[in-house]
Parts: sequence; C-alpha cells; structure tokens
Amino acid sequence: MTRFLTTALGAISLTLGASMLHAEDYPSKAIDYIIPYNPGGESDVTARFQEKFWNDVTGQDVVISYKPGAGGATAWSQLGGFDADGYTIMNVNFPHAILQPAIKEVGYQTEDVIPVYVFHYTPDAIVVRADSPYQTLQDLIDFANENPGALTFGGSGTNSANHLAAVRFGAMADVTVTYVPFGGSAPSMAAVLGGQIGAGMTYTTQGVKAGDQVRVLAIATEERLDIFPDVPTFKELGFDYVAGAYRGVTVPADTPDDIRQQLSDIIAEINDIPEFQSQMEENGYVLVDVPHAEMGDWIAARQADYASGIEILKGN
Amino acid sequence: MLDALLSALSLENLLLAFLGVVGGTIIGALPGLSATMAVAVLVPFTFTMDPSSGLIVLGAIYTGAIYGGAYSAILVNTPGTPAAIATSMDGFPMAKRGDGDLAVTLSCLGSVAGGLVGALALLLLAPPLSQIALSFGPVEYFWLAIFGLSLIATLSRGATLTGLIGGGIGLLLSCVGSAVVGGDVRYTFGQTSLLGGIPVIPALIGLYCVPVLIEMVIRPEAHLERRAEKMRGFRLIEALGLMWRSKFNVIRSAVIGTVVGIIPAAGGSVAGLVAYSEARRTAKKPEEFGKGAHDGVIASEASNSATVGGGFIPTLVLGIPGTPPDAIILGALLVQGIRTGPQLFTQQADIVFTFTFGLLIATLLMLPTGLIIGRYAYRLIVSVPKTALAPAIAFLTIVGAFAIEANTFHVFIMVALGIIGWLLARIGVEASPIVLGLILGPIAEAGFVQGWLIGGAQGDRLGMFFGQPISLAIIALTVLTLVSSGVFKRKTQLERPS
Repeated sequence: MTRFLTTALGAISLTLGASMLHAEDYPSKAIDYIIPYNPGGESDVTARFQEKFWNDVTGQDVVISYKPGAGGATAWSQLGGFDADGYTIMNVNFPHAILQPAIKEVGYQTEDVIPVYVFHYTPDAIVVRADSPYQTLQDLIDFANENPGALTFGGSGTNSANHLAAVRFGAMADVTVTYVPFGGSAPSMAAVLGGQIGAGMTYTTQGVKAGDQVRVLAIATEERLDIFPDVPTFKELGFDYVAGAYRGVTVPADTPDDIRQQLSDIIAEINDIPEFQSQMEENGYVLVDVPHAEMGDWIAARQADYASGIEILKGN
Repeated sequence: MLDALLSALSLENLLLAFLGVVGGTIIGALPGLSATMAVAVLVPFTFTMDPSSGLIVLGAIYTGAIYGGAYSAILVNTPGTPAAIATSMDGFPMAKRGDGDLAVTLSCLGSVAGGLVGALALLLLAPPLSQIALSFGPVEYFWLAIFGLSLIATLSRGATLTGLIGGGIGLLLSCVGSAVVGGDVRYTFGQTSLLGGIPVIPALIGLYCVPVLIEMVIRPEAHLERRAEKMRGFRLIEALGLMWRSKFNVIRSAVIGTVVGIIPAAGGSVAGLVAYSEARRTAKKPEEFGKGAHDGVIASEASNSATVGGGFIPTLVLGIPGTPPDAIILGALLVQGIRTGPQLFTQQADIVFTFTFGLLIATLLMLPTGLIIGRYAYRLIVSVPKTALAPAIAFLTIVGAFAIEANTFHVFIMVALGIIGWLLARIGVEASPIVLGLILGPIAEAGFVQGWLIGGAQGDRLGMFFGQPISLAIIALTVLTLVSSGVFKRKTQLERPS
C-alpha cells in the first residue's frame, strides 16, 4: 500500500513538473524509439527502463522498435532518412559510433549520430567462470604472459566496446590475448559459462546477470560499485583505465536545436528519478549526465581517448 | 506450488492466457508478423500488470504465434514464422491434395503435445536442463548448422544437384552484409541498406509466397483441391488416430524441440528442421516425405512448439535467452524488477511456477482455439475465389515484409527474391534449400570462425572441431542422414519419376 502511494504521489508530482517544464507542445504524440540491436541486450533494457517513466515525464508514450544489424551500423546509417522532427529517436552507443566509421566504410559518420544526451555507461568488466583458476586479475595476466595468445577473451561484436577493451587491455598489461567476437553479450557470456573461452571482456551488467556463476576480476570505473563491493577497479590495480559502453539518444542530424534541447531535458529528468536510478544501478549500469550543451566537448574527449586503440584495431 | 497453480487459474489469468493465445495465433498466421514482434509490441502493456500475469500474457502470445505460423505454411505454402518452415514441406502438399483440414488439425494436436512437453520440462527439470545450453559452444553450433544443411540432400529427393545449387545460393545470400565475426563488409555493392544482410523474414515471404501467388495467377485450376462437397468437420478422430500411431515421432520431436529450444541462438526453425529430418530418417516410408506425409507435419509442429517451454529454461535459470522472443521477455522481466538466474527458482519461485502453469494452460487452450481458428482459415482459403485470394495474399506479403522494421527496402528484397525464387523453381531449384542456406549460413560461419580462433589460441584446431563428444554425435547424425537420403547411392537407383 505504501509502495502504491509513493508511486502514485511520484507520478502526480512528475506530471505536474513535466507540464511546467514543457510549456511548448513537444512531444505532442508518441515518439518512435529505435534500438539498433536485438532485444534483450543493454540498449534494449535501458530503453525499456526509460519507457516505464517516459509517459510520466512527457505525457506521451515511446514506442520501442528494433533495427539490428552490422553492430548498430544498419540503423545509424539510416538515421538521416527519418523526419528531423524529434518524433524518431534512436539509441546510439560509444565507442561503437566512433570506431566503426573510423575503421571501415559503414554508411555514416560520427557527426551524423551526435547524441542529444548520454545517460549511462556500462563499465568494462573482466569476468571468469566461478571455478576458473584465475582468482585475481594478476593470475590472468600471468597466464597470458607465459602463454602468449592462448588466453581467449569473448566479447560482443567486432570494432565494438568489448573489442576495443580487449585491445586496450592487451596494450596496457603488455600481453597478447585472442579476442573472439560473438553476436552479442548473451552468447559471449554463454561461452564464458560453458567454459569454451577463458574470460569474458564484457560489462558489469553481465556480471550482475550471471550472479554467483561467475567471478568479476576487475571493473573499469572510477570507484568501486555498491553491487560489487569486493571487486577492485582497474585503477586500484595500477591501470589508469575507466571505460565502457556509453549509451545515448540521438536524432537525425537536421533536427532543430530547440527540439534537441527539449529531448535532452526529458532524458535528464528521467535520469533524476530515484526509482529509475536504483533500477539502473542494481543491474550494473552507471548513470552519467552529458546533456546537449556539453556534447561537442564530450565527443571530442572520447575521440581522443580511443585514438590509440583505433590505430591498433586498424592494424588488425 | 499449489498456490501457484491456483493463482494461474484465476479468472484474470485464464482470460489473459486465452486472449494471448488467440491474438498470438492470428499474428503468427500472417506472414511477416512474427512471435518476436508480437511480444515486443505488447511488452509495455504488461508493465502495469502483476509480474506473473504479464508473463502469462507474453508466454501465451508467444505460444500462439509459433503455432499460428502453421496455417499459412499449410494453406499457402508460406511459413508465417521461420519456425514453420518444415511444416510447409508436407503441410502444403497435404492441402494441395485436399487434406488441408486434416493437416491443420494435425498441426494443432502436434503443437499442443509439443508445447506440453516443453512446458513440463520447464516446470520439472529447468535447473538441470539449463546445463545443455552451456555445453553448446561455437563448434557445436557449427556442426548443428552443418547437420541442418545436410537436410538439403533429404529435401531434394533425388535431384541432389539442384538442391545443392539452391543451398549454395542461400549460403551466398547469407554472406551479404557485415560479417558476423570480423565485421568485413561483403557484397553490399555500396548499398548501406544491405549492411545488415538479407533480412530473413522478407526473404522467407518472397521465396515461398511470391511463387505461390504467381502460380495462382497463371494457372487455371483451384489453389487447393476440394475433395468433398461439404466440409468434413475437424477430422479430429482421424487425426488423433494418426497421432497415436506416430506416438514415438511425437515424443522424439517434442524432446528435440525442447533441447533445441534450450540451446541459445538456435530456435524454432532449427528445431523443426532437425525433428523433420529425424522423422524422415526413421520413417518406414521416407519417400512419402515432401509429398504430404502426416509425420512431417507432426514432427515440425511438435518440435517448434516445444521450443517455447525449452527456450524459457536458459532464460529463467541462466539469464541467457533461448530464442529471440525470450530475449524480449527477459528485458520485460528486468523492468518488472525480477532478476533471472539460479536464485529466481528459490527466491521468487511463486512467479516462476505461476508463469509455468500459465504456459501449460495457454498450451491447452490452444487445442480448442487452434482447431476453430484453423477450420475457418481453411474454409476461407478453400472457398474464397482465386481472384480475391491472390490480391489479398499479395497485400499481406507486402504488409508483412514492410512491418518488421517499417522498411520499404525489405519490400523490394521480398519482391526481388520472390521473382528469382519463382524462376529458380521452374528449373527445379526449390525454396527450402535456399532458405536453409540463408538461415543456417550465419550460424555455421560464426561457429566456424569462433572455433577456429579458439582452437588456434589453444594450439589444437583439429581437436577443437573433431575431439568433443557432442560434436562427434552431431557429425555422426549428419552422416547417417546423408547415407539414408541416398546421396551416396548410384545415380541410376535414385531416379524415380516424381
């Protein structure tokens, strides 16, 4: 009953807040929210979390659909073809949307998919099966040192966040590892759990999902996370490494600035809802707030951060 | 568990299960509208429901949609969902000769039986069975896909060469786009729309349905034979008798479906094909397959419906979706605040059991609804004149190809492949080998490249591909299938008039 009351009160206050904030009538109808991946992954789940609060904040719905293919490139290359009226929005991931056009001809440029807001990231995490001989990250590095190339890292996709992470980790720890790309996080985790590959170069979220079937060796956050109190960060272990997959919402490149700003405000508002925050955090997501106004600098910073990794990936 | 059963039997949940099954069946019957899509669209509506009711609705829609695909497979030779590919192989020939009503009833009985086996496995054996999902690594997927491809030899019924040409075309089509592993861009000719590859469902509609439409228009005879003057009812007794005679086939197919459902990334289409292949291999009269064998329809339908329950096993126990609709349901569970994983069965067992009973009830409800909807679907297709039927189906194919991603490019793909498929059919290359190549190609490729990489890292590629028990078992089954299909026999023995 108390839960119902808090939800109801929360909903009322949100609706009031929303109507004051958005004096203009955007959005005045349902918004199409396109996920460039198959359902069930991080992009889908976070959009579903947002969907739950979207109506409370805007008074309108979002309709989620999927356009998977080519690691996201299928959808991003089609973004420019939609009406630039703010009623078609798309999930966009980094480093993917920086890596892909930098390495191959994929039908879009990073400038075409600049987000209006980046709302969270899934920190990189190295996970092994619970019965794996690697108790610590050092065990894994030692093995890779003694057996160059024999350590297999499973991850989602080619020229993706996981791929870049595997390459950067190899360079940082000065070891040679074999990266094995899978069609998504779920199949790569299945291969970790099944023991077909040595370790998963994946996200914190996958570590949460697999529970005590796996051991997380290190996570790429600034500080330890509440959900993994015993898991060290790469920083603690001597690697200056904070990274993961950043997810944001983008619109066709011609979309007017005021619509971008309003959309940015809507997503910021959802990011402020305590229930949304706790749901995200419990599942291993780390919230970030990069609004429309700061996006140019943020993208430039990411490009600089990824530059050395991109050179290694190009050489592959 | 008794509480869970009672809660699943509440009026609200029964009604939801019923509506879910009816809605799902109709969606599944329409080519292009798949189970995945139906579940995706309805997820937000379940947010306001009680978690177990929401799950029951999604499970019921999913069950119904997998079954509904059988109607269009049987009556129009177009699998409404990829899971029904094998159903069309014997279902349509049955309908063509006037036994469409029997085929529809058989598919319903087969689906209910398969669905029950899958759901019971979920109810009773989920934690131990989930380990099957983990025993399938890249190499096992590779061999499973090769096993599926060996069915081409079976399907081509003596015309091995044209079968292989079809399979080759399908494999080539599956190469289009960005490579599963490695990301190389292939055969897109600069078209960014082709980056994601040839979309399976538009290809399915084009290759199967467009040739049927063209034939309907250019030939004077009726689309389906009408043997009797008036409708013969459900032919339920006759169908039950056939089911009883095929009880081993039913059980084997249901078990295959459950197991394939548990293996992530395989799904209903692979289950149907494997069960069909096994049914044919062990049949007393394998030569009847492809010409309207009852056992073909039973095998395909029992196995694809069993994947529903099977697919939920790794989804709920490991958090790894067994089939694409499971992936969406997994997302919906997270939003509801349900954490999947081994602890789900101990900490939130009431939700799991209510849902499983809901799935069982939905499967049972499929019997009356499936029979009745099927009867009307058959009556409609038989009695509507071709002049109305052809444009109606043509319209549905375009809607179906467009609807998946609201993409007009998919309609072009559908029409182009349809015309190519019709031309190829005239020189003896049928749709099924092409579709097998298209669906199994990426599974085989990813498995091979991943296995090659892992084998290389371990310094033992040979052992990787030929040294593990599951791989060896699948290889053995593949060889058995090829031998029994007669590929290795002398050509003169093979050529029979067809």
